[in-house]
Amino acid sequence: MHELAVTKSILQLVLDETEKNHAHKVLKIQLAIGAMRNLEEEWIQRYFNYISEGTIAKNAVIKVHKIPVLFHCNLCQTDFTADVHLEEKILCPHCQGFEYDLVHGRELIIENIEVK
Amino acid sequence: MTNEIKLIDVRKNILSDNENQADLIREELRKKKVFMVNIMASPGAGKTSVIIQTLRRLKDTVNIGVIEGDVESTVDSEKILKEGVPAVQIQTGGACHLDAPMITAGLSDLDLDSLDLVFIENIGNLICPAEFDTGSDLQVMILSVPEGDDKVLKYPLMFTVCDVLLVNKVDYLSITDFNLELLKRRVHELNPRMQVFEVSCKTGEGMDIWCHWLNEQLQKKA
Repeated sequence: MHELAVTKSILQLVLDETEKNHAHKVLKIQLAIGAMRNLEEEWIQRYFNYISEGTIAKNAVIKVHKIPVLFHCNLCQTDFTADVHLEEKILCPHCQGFEYDLVHGRELIIENIEVK
Repeated sequence: MTNEIKLIDVRKNILSDNENQADLIREELRKKKVFMVNIMASPGAGKTSVIIQTLRRLKDTVNIGVIEGDVESTVDSEKILKEGVPAVQIQTGGACHLDAPMITAGLSDLDLDSLDLVFIENIGNLICPAEFDTGSDLQVMILSVPEGDDKVLKYPLMFTVCDVLLVNKVDYLSITDFNLELLKRRVHELNPRMQVFEVSCKTGEGMDIWCHWLNEQLQKKA
């Protein structure tokens, strides 16, 4: 259900940006969403179709660029990815270390908007 | 008006409005010297019970208020009021999380000048509340033993946004195959800074240790 709240924020940002740029039709909205966020393109599109009715963003296509989860090893400075939904232990593939930070995977960004 | 297709470079955080509002809340609470704790968990994990057990241990020395979030009903705020502690009920009318504007409204119904600590009891689920900053100083999640030790794999975002994990209902450990060490390992893989406390609201086990630690965090802000 949080998709609705997120989609409302997307619509608001898109309408603000299009107004600033004097556009009259929104064609495409490119999002970047971290793999850890529980948001799917199909659902965002469905909610968007519903709430954008009557605005210049009606019929805009939502595209999602998924950003994979990325860890940074603080011991050997290697960046690596891992599937956080699997049971396998997460270790740095280079030094087998256990001291790393999550650097990507939680993004929730509007990258750009295609307008007329 | 032109019909040329144009690309507007936006590069903005989708939830920036909520996050700006959350920053305003933090600023206001800093001025008032109020520490706010956001409690998140599944339905039935023990959010209200943890709050009540914590109130009972701290309320003689700490002035506490509670914001109760529920989709419907006022059952939880009634329980808190019975403890002699001010409580505000937010009914989201279907929304699955509390956001910063709702918390701003809730805080306006509490007398912040007379409070040191505010608990937010968020809506019961492990997905949506993780997405929305409430302006709290501390993000606390509760996982109860009957839910199982695999929840880190199913709801990783929640485990990355929290500062504290309370493993509740540890009195059930002996009758389940819940593996506490495996849970802690998984949690610390995603979030090495997570403080983990083992508690039972029923037996009181671990509650004093958690309350002592929480009180220390409060003193740091005051």
